[in-house]
Amino acid sequence: MAVTKLFGAAIKRREDPRLITGRGNFTDHIRLPGTLVMAIKRSPHAHARIVRIDTSKARAMRGVVAVYTGQDLVDKLAPVPCAWLIPDSDLKLTPYRAVAVDKVRYVGDAVAVVVAEDRYVAQDAIEAIDVEYEVLPAVVDQEKAMESGAPQLYDEIPNNLAFHWKLHIGDFDAIWNEAEVRLSRRLINHRLIPTAMEPRGALAAYNPGSGELTIWCTSQNPHVHRLLLSAVTGLPETRIRVIATDVGGGFGSKIPMYAGEMIAAAISRDLGRPIKWIETRQENCVATIHGRDHIQYVDIAARRDGTITGVRVRAYANMGAYLSTAAPGVPTWLFGLMLQGAYAIPVIHCDVYGVLTNTTPTDAYRGAGRPEATYLLERMIDILARELGMDPAEIRRKNFIPKDRFPYTTPTGLQYDSGDYEATLNRALELVDYSTLRRQQAELRQQGRYIGIGFSTYVEVCGLAPSQAAGAMGFQGGLWESATVRVHPTGKVTVFTGSNPHGQGEETTFAQLVADELGVPFEDVEIVHGDTEMVPFGMGTYGSRSTAVGGAALVAACRKVKEKAQRIAAHLLEVAPEDLAFENGRFFVKGAPDRGMTFQEVALQAYLAWKLPRDIEPGLEATHFWDPVNNTFPFGCHICVVEVDPETGKVDFLKYVAVDDVGNVINPMIVDGQVHGGIAQGLAQAVYEYAAYDANGQLLSASLMDYAIPKASMLPVFTVDRTVTPTPVNPMGVKGAGETGTIASTPAVVNAVIDALAPFGIEHIDMPLTPERIWRAVRERSS
Amino acid sequence: MYPSTFTYYRAGSVQEALKLLVENPDAKLLAGGHSLIPAMKLRLASPSALIDISRVPELAGIRDAGDRIVIGATTRYDDIQRSELVRQVLPILPEAIDVIGDLQVRNMGTIGGSLAHADPAADLPAVVLALGAELKAVGPDGERTIPADQFFVDLFTTALQPNEILTEISFPKPPARTGISYQKFANPASGYAVVGAAAVVTLGEDGKVAAVRVGVTGAGPYAVRRQSVEQALVGQEPTAAAIEAASQLASEGMTFNSDIFASDEYRAHLTRVFVKRALTRAVERARG
Repeated sequence: MAVTKLFGAAIKRREDPRLITGRGNFTDHIRLPGTLVMAIKRSPHAHARIVRIDTSKARAMRGVVAVYTGQDLVDKLAPVPCAWLIPDSDLKLTPYRAVAVDKVRYVGDAVAVVVAEDRYVAQDAIEAIDVEYEVLPAVVDQEKAMESGAPQLYDEIPNNLAFHWKLHIGDFDAIWNEAEVRLSRRLINHRLIPTAMEPRGALAAYNPGSGELTIWCTSQNPHVHRLLLSAVTGLPETRIRVIATDVGGGFGSKIPMYAGEMIAAAISRDLGRPIKWIETRQENCVATIHGRDHIQYVDIAARRDGTITGVRVRAYANMGAYLSTAAPGVPTWLFGLMLQGAYAIPVIHCDVYGVLTNTTPTDAYRGAGRPEATYLLERMIDILARELGMDPAEIRRKNFIPKDRFPYTTPTGLQYDSGDYEATLNRALELVDYSTLRRQQAELRQQGRYIGIGFSTYVEVCGLAPSQAAGAMGFQGGLWESATVRVHPTGKVTVFTGSNPHGQGEETTFAQLVADELGVPFEDVEIVHGDTEMVPFGMGTYGSRSTAVGGAALVAACRKVKEKAQRIAAHLLEVAPEDLAFENGRFFVKGAPDRGMTFQEVALQAYLAWKLPRDIEPGLEATHFWDPVNNTFPFGCHICVVEVDPETGKVDFLKYVAVDDVGNVINPMIVDGQVHGGIAQGLAQAVYEYAAYDANGQLLSASLMDYAIPKASMLPVFTVDRTVTPTPVNPMGVKGAGETGTIASTPAVVNAVIDALAPFGIEHIDMPLTPERIWRAVRERSS
Repeated sequence: MYPSTFTYYRAGSVQEALKLLVENPDAKLLAGGHSLIPAMKLRLASPSALIDISRVPELAGIRDAGDRIVIGATTRYDDIQRSELVRQVLPILPEAIDVIGDLQVRNMGTIGGSLAHADPAADLPAVVLALGAELKAVGPDGERTIPADQFFVDLFTTALQPNEILTEISFPKPPARTGISYQKFANPASGYAVVGAAAVVTLGEDGKVAAVRVGVTGAGPYAVRRQSVEQALVGQEPTAAAIEAASQLASEGMTFNSDIFASDEYRAHLTRVFVKRALTRAVERARG
């Protein structure tokens, strides 16, 4: 495409003045007269039978309007749905009631709901509800949950095994038997809490007169939520409007259909009044999905020269107590298909066991499956390098898929669109000044100081699509995206996108795209999203897909609009459409540039319709549903440099270099921001964040006093650079940048720390690399 | 995030606050509120009444009292940090306050609130122990002075009686050739001290340790002095080896906290390391 002045420009995010001055329209900001407040009483036990619930005291309290138990809602709400039904895996669905009826299965499971005049009364009433439990033994660890004799969450799901997914490509046993080097390790990719800045919430307003339900809620995919709400409430889609205009972050945690939003909708319908439910931070910690939680047994077969010949993985994925909406797809497809990473590994053998435990359900969390695959590979390749005495940069270089082999079909059946992996490695080595660093490392070791250099050369799958693939993988939906471009008589443009940015900045980048395509001023383009009454059916924002898929839909719609505008202009200028050129927002006759019309003049004529031929409809707008032919595959090289204090185990970050290739870049400032945020999150998994349960299923890190979200002072300064390898998959050549940082950074950090500790003979420590864990490892080796 | 119902009183004077305390035996005093309000929001504390003493004029302020510096109990962290007098005479206070919470906490939080709350992981308890401060309390029976050594008695528990109000903290001015340091290992989630060590070292003209006090916070249920470390150093040349040897005694006879971030064993280790680091820095400073 023609790269004009807005594509590639670091324009400040136009949504920020609104968002950072308290003028956003987040769910809790919406006020409707007559609203009642809803609060949820949650189970304090990880596993228990509900013997009796006494709500009489709560009902009698002044200001309490209604109290519901699970039984009261059975006829009003279908179970919480699971919508990723992975095939050929013996998948067993979990009966997941929005409010538990007979049994609770994790700390945080809903047991009763209070509706009151204000939130304080609601909280008092929650405490006044008396629930008698018969406490059952709980199981938290997914490996233990599969053992015989383990507590059973469901009578109908033996051994708590929800599914067993297999991907066996090539003959691994043969490769393994003839391998010159064999390495086997157990790796833990621990559990995380997504912790979006805005917790979840809903304001459900059912109008008994019209029979319509309007629900403002924290959603990454409003149409998907409308569809699911229709399924669980029985209201037709045409009577449900979901609005999620401003959403304060999601990281995947606002994709699923949850109990809270469903209950608010059902109760609003029951009482005929608006119901607001906003979760507290503690509720967010226990009752919004968690991410990761994989135990992986990995076998790597290689030759002595460092060439990896095969990877075998047996992974135990902790699904939590119920299968959340997209959960089964995350540790399977989004993990297993990426197990070759950036390397030409011919044989991949993967078994994933999805295990139910008495913990908060897990689902997609920024990266979703890909960080688990990338961490595994990047960790193992470092262990292999050390085993062979090779430099970690060189062993990667040796195994890279060479740039002349793109498009590259992976053994797992993906087609990597485009890439030049070595270029990112070379650039990162240059930026970090690798040879100097290695020299310094050796010198400092002589002084008893331990710095480490860690690599991560990743590739990830983005722009989640296409719909055919989604269907083959059992995803109960398409993975296209929609856009409507409406040009008004004045030439100003409203864009309705099915993407639903919740921090990604698409109100800016999409306006850049449209302004370029139509040659109109940036200020004349309005982006509308997040309201099912306004935008066409859309699939939403996740999997780094907004720009690569939603943006492509937008460009395609713009091109339809432009094509029609050109036909109108041609008619009015009395030439054939192909005789017109279009530049800087103006159609003109080729060879006679004075004869022309601006885009705005054409728009006016399209609406006046005084002079339109019969075969051109009045008006100027177009809709496009874009279903890409393939995913996109961003890649890059991250290098982290740390110093470890062996006396305390504390890690200090000295340098962080990220060289990413996300294809063409529409707004480098926004991409930099995505990369920064992603690195912060992934680095935090490596050393700070940890959702810790005790053996009874109590979440010990259920507040930000215990769950360590990184602050700016806990992070290094990031050196961010890019190479540009456009994708052929969409007209803009963009790949997506939402998850690269999270996927790449975790292994880069861990590899750096382990490299620093090499003199102590330490080869691996499971995450998070807290000071105590490092101190213990050092002490063990030193004694 | 939604506290239980409570009555709010604003006291205009210490006497009025004392009277309200007698009338409302279940009441809590409110100063900066940065520990109490979060606890109430989580319903970990549900006092029937709050008595706000943050606007009692005689409880706030910093004054030079000859050989001592006296700081009113409701003096806010930020005011202490900005005080030129404190910066010159007791630079450890700004150093320690610098690592307390964030800007908002330091704008609102008070020195007396922190000490009376006696959070096991608060920073200032270690500092007042090391400085040998005295804490003045007023109750229905009048005033009394409590040495810092006797102030912290257990988890969230001080020597204050329920009907007493902490009014001021009085610090002796350190003699010449004194170096002071506070070294903290912060919890990455909360920012509180996993272990914090404060050391005050005075060197004699011969360069040997004439006096030394060490306070430790975060490690155990309440902040403690480490006399065994002090005794091992007094009269010694403060060499790295001497400091190292003395610091090994820092964890003796203590009970240690344990949580998901740091076990008791690790806290014991950190106590030795951070006492060493605080002593090392204090000695460097004492030498000028």
